[in-house]
Amino acid sequence: MPFASLQLDDQGNLRHFLTIEGLGRDLLTRILDTAESFAGVTDRSVKKVPLLRGRVIANLFFETSTRTRTTFELAAKRLSADVLNLNISTSATAKGETLLDTLRNLEAMHVDMFVVRHADSGAAHFIAAHADPGVSVVNAGDGGHAHPTQAMLDVFTIRRAKGELTPLKVAIVGDILHSRVARSQIAALNTLGVSEVRVVAPRTLLPKDARSLGVHVFSDLEAGIRDVDVVIMLRLQRERMRGALLPSEHEYFQLYGLTDERLEAAKPDAIVMHPGPINRGVEMDSLVADGPRSVILQQVSHGIAIRMAVMSMAMQASGGENP
Amino acid sequence: MAEAGILSLIDGIAERLKTKLRNRNIPDPAMIGIHSGGVWVAQRLHERLGLSEPLGELDISFYRDDFTRIGMNPQVRPSTIPFEVDDRHIVLVDDVLQTGRTIRAALNEIFDYGRPASVVLVTLLERSGRELPIEADVAGLSPPLQAHEQVKLNGPDPLELIIVEKPLTTPES
Amino acid sequence: MTPLFERISITGGHLLDPATGLDGKLDLHIADGVIAAIGAPPDGFDADRTIDAGGPFVIPGIVDLSARLREPGHEYKATIVSETTAAAHGGITTVLVPPDTDPVIDTPAVAELIRRRAKQSAHARVLTVGGLTRDLAGEQLTEMAALQAGGCVAVSNAWKPLANTLVARRALEYAATFDLAVFLHPEDHALRDVGCVHEGRVSTRLGLPGIPEAAETAAIARDLALAQHADARIHFRGISTGAAVEMIRQARSKGLKVTADTAIHQLHLTEMDVDGFDARCHVVPPLRTQADRDALRKGLADGTIDAVCSDHQPHEPDAKLAPFPSTAPGISGLETLLPLALRLTQEGVMDLPAVIRCLTSGPASVVDLPFGRIAAGNSADICIFASGQPWRFDAARMTSWGHNTPFDGWEFDTRVTCTLFEGRVVFHREGVA
Repeated sequence: MPFASLQLDDQGNLRHFLTIEGLGRDLLTRILDTAESFAGVTDRSVKKVPLLRGRVIANLFFETSTRTRTTFELAAKRLSADVLNLNISTSATAKGETLLDTLRNLEAMHVDMFVVRHADSGAAHFIAAHADPGVSVVNAGDGGHAHPTQAMLDVFTIRRAKGELTPLKVAIVGDILHSRVARSQIAALNTLGVSEVRVVAPRTLLPKDARSLGVHVFSDLEAGIRDVDVVIMLRLQRERMRGALLPSEHEYFQLYGLTDERLEAAKPDAIVMHPGPINRGVEMDSLVADGPRSVILQQVSHGIAIRMAVMSMAMQASGGENP
Repeated sequence: MAEAGILSLIDGIAERLKTKLRNRNIPDPAMIGIHSGGVWVAQRLHERLGLSEPLGELDISFYRDDFTRIGMNPQVRPSTIPFEVDDRHIVLVDDVLQTGRTIRAALNEIFDYGRPASVVLVTLLERSGRELPIEADVAGLSPPLQAHEQVKLNGPDPLELIIVEKPLTTPES
Repeated sequence: MTPLFERISITGGHLLDPATGLDGKLDLHIADGVIAAIGAPPDGFDADRTIDAGGPFVIPGIVDLSARLREPGHEYKATIVSETTAAAHGGITTVLVPPDTDPVIDTPAVAELIRRRAKQSAHARVLTVGGLTRDLAGEQLTEMAALQAGGCVAVSNAWKPLANTLVARRALEYAATFDLAVFLHPEDHALRDVGCVHEGRVSTRLGLPGIPEAAETAAIARDLALAQHADARIHFRGISTGAAVEMIRQARSKGLKVTADTAIHQLHLTEMDVDGFDARCHVVPPLRTQADRDALRKGLADGTIDAVCSDHQPHEPDAKLAPFPSTAPGISGLETLLPLALRLTQEGVMDLPAVIRCLTSGPASVVDLPFGRIAAGNSADICIFASGQPWRFDAARMTSWGHNTPFDGWEFDTRVTCTLFEGRVVFHREGVA
């Protein structure tokens, strides 16, 4: 598996955070534990720690995303780092500059870390493979491949709500085929050893050989969420209707939308999650979104702590010997 | 030094600390221990002094000055300060005072929680090797040590002080 | 470059040509650009030059059914001169160029331009495959008779789709009028969509858009039906699935005039090689499963697949320096065609004469070329290669301008030592007699 060698340095420490694949249980647990420490920082009057003071973190977003970019920016600032926001979608590549040239130009400005979001699967890997030594890359979502910080904040939320992860059954409902979030969640949950991971979707939204990801496959919502401890709903993109993948949001909600009634199939203390933003009336109705089982808002705040943890762990020691 | 000796050392510290607090007219201080050794010592001091406020615990990993050289500490623990720091008299407790950098980091961290009225520093041991102008208000012992010798507090149960021979690059405390 | 029409004797080599049944230690004598005699020299034959093949194999020069030379239009990637030189290094003496140059080969003028350039370089024979439709747009037929008169040996729409099955039918019928073979790329354009890897386990894990097996089989089923109806000669240019092999096997057994080739890399690599987003393995059709690879090997061994080609696609470095889906597909394959093909013998897939046939008379017969065989009077296109001398393929030192190949660093056992084209030595490895 080539991903481990790119992401870890020779001491097994995080160097780039690109995908959950190739990372072991211990490292993932360390990320969660480190995030616990950062979670407390938000409750103080001074919501910052000086850990990454003087470091420069560049948000390289080739796909627009206010929400993810803002949490990365907030996380970087809470670490006292300087932040550069670069929305490339409008500038350089529109003029035909290659990704590699963009990278080189930014490196010339002595950026220490890139947080990258791109429409191509493998984009974060490409940048990490070509970055200068001493520069770290964090993947904020590459095509349909991975969104590892989202998966980690989801697992962090589950751990905080449920404690021990191993006995849990988790169901992921929605457009698995196109979802980088789902792929990373599945990898994280399996690596951390949960009891069972399920995916629930109509056939058009399931990838070929879905079972090879290490999941049980369902096309019926009720059967899929029966007796689960966690239900994760994925966002449905509008384009899916246009690509002949689904007839309508109406039918999708009829079959896969979460309501209090349908939730009765799950365990009585099951929690409901969603990476956001929610399409109310499509993935779930408002009663569920705002209801007692929803931990969606907590996911958002956990996102900052997880990203603080990942950025500090991946940030390179700059020169000098290790003791 | 075995646990019995350490505990009697802590008893001595407790007495001198009570005197100090009385002289400074501090009736109800709050106590903070620095992970990990400082917390173990603080737990016992806290008991001896019968403080009302629960003990605060500080992990200074995010405030160290050597991140650029050695990177992130893999075993960070959450800091918990279960009381208001503003206008409070704090007793800061650590196990070993050597360079003074840990205390510098701890002070910076405490000040990010609020503005204390004062900070009194208590250490189980203090030894040579200061790199910053920081001194303990109350220290249990001042053993004469060579530069290549390192003293460590092991714990939490039982507590034990040992001296190790270290290679030339010593970690800071 | 040796002077035109030198008299050459090749001695001491093991002559191997499955098409003519030659297999043994025989000398070869060349004069006036053609083969003068095999075995004993003709009376009064005085060689100007003797090549001591001493041990290595002497086979017909390789016939490559698909090699993109990038000229005209894409000279920043490669040129006819650079790539025919690379072909000579690879023991390849005849290449067929697909029509997707710029401008497209849809007029005899472009075919003639390429022919002239190749003649200037004089390293290999370059034959053109003309366009099936104007500008390869898939709607209007080209002047196929004119293209044929202009030297085109087949017609094709390269990887561009035809507007609909009616156009496909008509194009096949029109080409059949002139007994022109139609090269069909077996791909349903709509099913391919934006896919860039095989739709399977690896695409599922990496979240890369996939090209389903059905994209190939649906196209083949459709084209076989049309070919049968039109009684046309079709050649499937570049199959990648085991299912395709089976369909072609069935069609042949029913007497259809169908031939097929596969790119040499399909016989060695699978979707697993894409793991880690290795853009050097971005090819179309995509690398498929191990089972597909094994079925392709079997199809080659039992003759269902007539030929193996390089599918040569040289690229400039930037074309592969991007995230995987944004990279250009294609491998620069001229220089590894022979060593990779001969590996099949080492791996027990087929015997040596069968491998040689897939590189020489097999491809030649697809388009009725009088090349790929050693016989008196035939053009002296010869490839001499040595066996048992291990060497490491280094992409940085390739002759082709395109260094885009996943075979970088591979160890091979066989190596071309000398290539003759029309009786002239066009490549001779240093340190060899």
